[in-house]
Amino acid sequence: MSSLRISTDVRSGTVARSTAAGLVIFGTAFAVTGHASADEVIVGLVTKTEVNPFFVKMRQAAEEEAKAKGVKLIARAGKFDGDNEGQVTAIEDLISAGAKGILVTPNNSTGMLGVIKKAREAGVLVIALDTATDPADAVDATFATDNFQAGVQQGAYARKALGDKKPVLAMLDGTPGGTVDTFRHNGYLKGFGLAEGDPAIAGSAITNGAQDKGQVGMENLLSKNGDINAVYTINEPAAAGAYAALKSFGKEADVMLTSIDGGCAGVRNVKAGQIAATVMQFPYKMAANGVDAVVEYAASGKKPSGFVNTGSFLITDKPIAGIDSKDTEWGLKNCWGD
Amino acid sequence: MNSPSALSSGRSIAKKVIGTPSVGPLLVLLAFGVIFSLTNPRFLATQNLSIILQQTVIIGTLAIGQTLIILTAGIDLAVGAICVLGTILAGKLANSGYDPVLAMALAVLACTAAGVAAGGLIAGLRLPPFIVTLGILGIITAALRLISAGGAFSVTDAFLGWTGNTIRLNGFILTYGVIIMLLLYGLIWFLLNQTQWGRHVYAVGNNPEAARLVGIPVGRLLLSVYVLAAFIYGIAAWLALGRIPNADPNALQTANLDSITAVVIGGTSLFGGRGGLLGTLIGALIVGVLRNGLTLAGIDPLWQDLITGILVIVAVALDQLTRGKR
Amino acid sequence: MAAAASGAPVVTAPAGVILEARNLVKRYGHVTALDGVDFELRSGEILAVVGDNGAGKSSLIKALTGALIPDSGEILLDGQPVHFKGPLDARKLGIETVYQDLAVAAALDISSNLFLGRERRRPGFLGNVLRMLDKKGMRAEAERSMADLKFHLPSIGSAVESLSGGQRQGVAVARAALFAKKLAIMDEPTAALGVRETGQVLDLIRAIRQRGLPVVLISHNMPNVFEIADRIHIMRLGRRAAVVSPKTHTMADVVAIMTGAAKVEEPASSGLRASITT
Repeated sequence: MSSLRISTDVRSGTVARSTAAGLVIFGTAFAVTGHASADEVIVGLVTKTEVNPFFVKMRQAAEEEAKAKGVKLIARAGKFDGDNEGQVTAIEDLISAGAKGILVTPNNSTGMLGVIKKAREAGVLVIALDTATDPADAVDATFATDNFQAGVQQGAYARKALGDKKPVLAMLDGTPGGTVDTFRHNGYLKGFGLAEGDPAIAGSAITNGAQDKGQVGMENLLSKNGDINAVYTINEPAAAGAYAALKSFGKEADVMLTSIDGGCAGVRNVKAGQIAATVMQFPYKMAANGVDAVVEYAASGKKPSGFVNTGSFLITDKPIAGIDSKDTEWGLKNCWGD
Repeated sequence: MNSPSALSSGRSIAKKVIGTPSVGPLLVLLAFGVIFSLTNPRFLATQNLSIILQQTVIIGTLAIGQTLIILTAGIDLAVGAICVLGTILAGKLANSGYDPVLAMALAVLACTAAGVAAGGLIAGLRLPPFIVTLGILGIITAALRLISAGGAFSVTDAFLGWTGNTIRLNGFILTYGVIIMLLLYGLIWFLLNQTQWGRHVYAVGNNPEAARLVGIPVGRLLLSVYVLAAFIYGIAAWLALGRIPNADPNALQTANLDSITAVVIGGTSLFGGRGGLLGTLIGALIVGVLRNGLTLAGIDPLWQDLITGILVIVAVALDQLTRGKR
Repeated sequence: MAAAASGAPVVTAPAGVILEARNLVKRYGHVTALDGVDFELRSGEILAVVGDNGAGKSSLIKALTGALIPDSGEILLDGQPVHFKGPLDARKLGIETVYQDLAVAAALDISSNLFLGRERRRPGFLGNVLRMLDKKGMRAEAERSMADLKFHLPSIGSAVESLSGGQRQGVAVARAALFAKKLAIMDEPTAALGVRETGQVLDLIRAIRQRGLPVVLISHNMPNVFEIADRIHIMRLGRRAAVVSPKTHTMADVVAIMTGAAKVEEPASSGLRASITT
């Protein structure tokens, strides 16, 4: 047999390849590697994505609070809306890293029940932020906006603002089946004083919370029924889309357009008069309270439990007697995003 | 036959080691292992290592199919979509009362059918794989959102979640999913390296014209590759349900790029005909180790994307350079 | 004037015609590629096919290897009419072709390339059911075949892309030798090679003839042709202009026939005799 035989038939790797790749990686990894000391309290934060300003605000607030309390925050996120696998992986890594508590905004209310159970069995405090799990007691506690209540606030304002006009309502929903979506939708109807299926509801459209789909949905609904005079929107981008549609139909002045979220762009739209009112929620409170809860748990072993409402405020420059609200000046100070 | 001298036989061993395609990626993996175990002693805990293996299951399995396709100088952008098709179908059927084994079998069959469609268009009409699989990605994604009305749902059937069960080996926890993935690697490695079919996969990827001239049925071979790959995606759907008992039409959106990343870091050439399956497994593990290790070190995981990006470019550049010299 | 005026048969080749073509015609619209060409390859000989560009050389070769189906005419292998529908048909009947671009998978090793598309499988269950390759057997056979041909390669396990151009050509030629039962056809096997490497490939072709296999060699390189060929088939305007022997004709004669500068009178009996008038 020839002594120089190479055992593989197909060769691709070479010494050059291996060593060069190895060196580059070695260098990079050493440059970025820091040391985590063993007795430090670690708080994990797993958001839905890295890009949504709501979650960016949440992460910033958690980082600030962690710094203030002298604990270490490790933030992770899914790669896209719906990335359950990425969030499960992140929680597993955080358990391995020895996190004392994990704050998570689940991409989907049932997707990570298994890994959450694993974390709690390992003695990790798990708090859902913003979005509840199903069942809600899968986690130790949920720090979130009471979305039903926020819906009620929006609906009640819209109904009162209409005065004695006969309501013709259009509903721009987010993604059907989502818990947040359902709560806000039902809350609005409650606040507005209508039952699901009431003939006063002219129709609804799915927007996925996106501006372009909000616009298309509103255009279609206006084509269907020109008498629409109240519009529920799942969030402010959908409301911005609805406003564009109303304007092109020349109806922007006649319709009571309201929303929920409290993003700064949304508040500016309220200030500009495009949206009559929006209900602000407070991602930084969720994150900061979450970090505090983990710190408390590390110190005393005390766990929070149940649903903790981080509150919501109606923001409008046209206050109505009998309904609590703040003006846009306050809103712009407390909003999230750019 | 030469009679080897002691010197040349020593060189022969050295050459053997260097000639093995997955040595480069293996060194990278080991380097990361050393770095991360120095940064955080928890990294080497058996529990953590078994977690990394479990986290590799979905992308690692999908990357087997992706490797086969890339070896033929193709590419599969629909890999994640086909897998999600499997999870949604199996979940829907089982939740609506079908026998779960039948439901899973039908789901794997549907995935395989998607492979027949892709392979048929690529081999029969000679359409570029990039475009065909991009089209299939769009079609399946849209169809899934339509049939599932956009929403995710939980899949609690015991059989569908069976691959998430674990066994313990000396304190090392393995899920059935991990074992199935490793068995698949073994099986496909055998096909690629020990059978006529595998030899033809390399030949077609390396020089399709030559393959045709020597009488290899190129079209039939390409079809078989896309069908086998899609069948593996169907198995991956089962493994995915074992890992997360939930079917979500929005899941695995980046699985195509993630699996291509594992294949490329593993040393398989995007130009086809060079590389191997072992490298892909190592490539998938590199990505997993990197993510896990950075989290354990408390470093922003965006570094993971950055380092992975560098790795991909280095791997492709080295492939290009070494190919250019030949 | 008759340059080869001796009148004796110009060519003395062993008896026995292996491959014959009669009156092949191939037209593409108004273009006539083959205009009633005849062809004859005898056992144990190296027959060079030469001709100017467009003379019908490659159309003739394609017709003989099944890559092109002639409009009319017939092809006989061992005296039996054959009809090729594609290159595989010709191959199955023992006609091997070395293509100009070699048809090798460069990333694969020498042994894999020799057996490409015709891999040997392990005996019994492993081969029949699992379709396992007999790698050892193929390597041994490849090494034996290379030794037979006295062609030296670094190692049968090295990738073809690590070989020099001449060595790669050697692999392609050896593959033809390994599988050709009737004849091997080589299309410009030395076109891209240097002097030394050309010599290696010519030696290889001679070694093949020594094993009794007739070879059809298509080449532009007159010195090569004259060095190695037993007879030279000259194409002009889609027909066989002449078949001459390098022993009796000079390169200048051949070029003159190729370009039409010299006229050829074919004796009625066969195309084996050519006399040239300039």
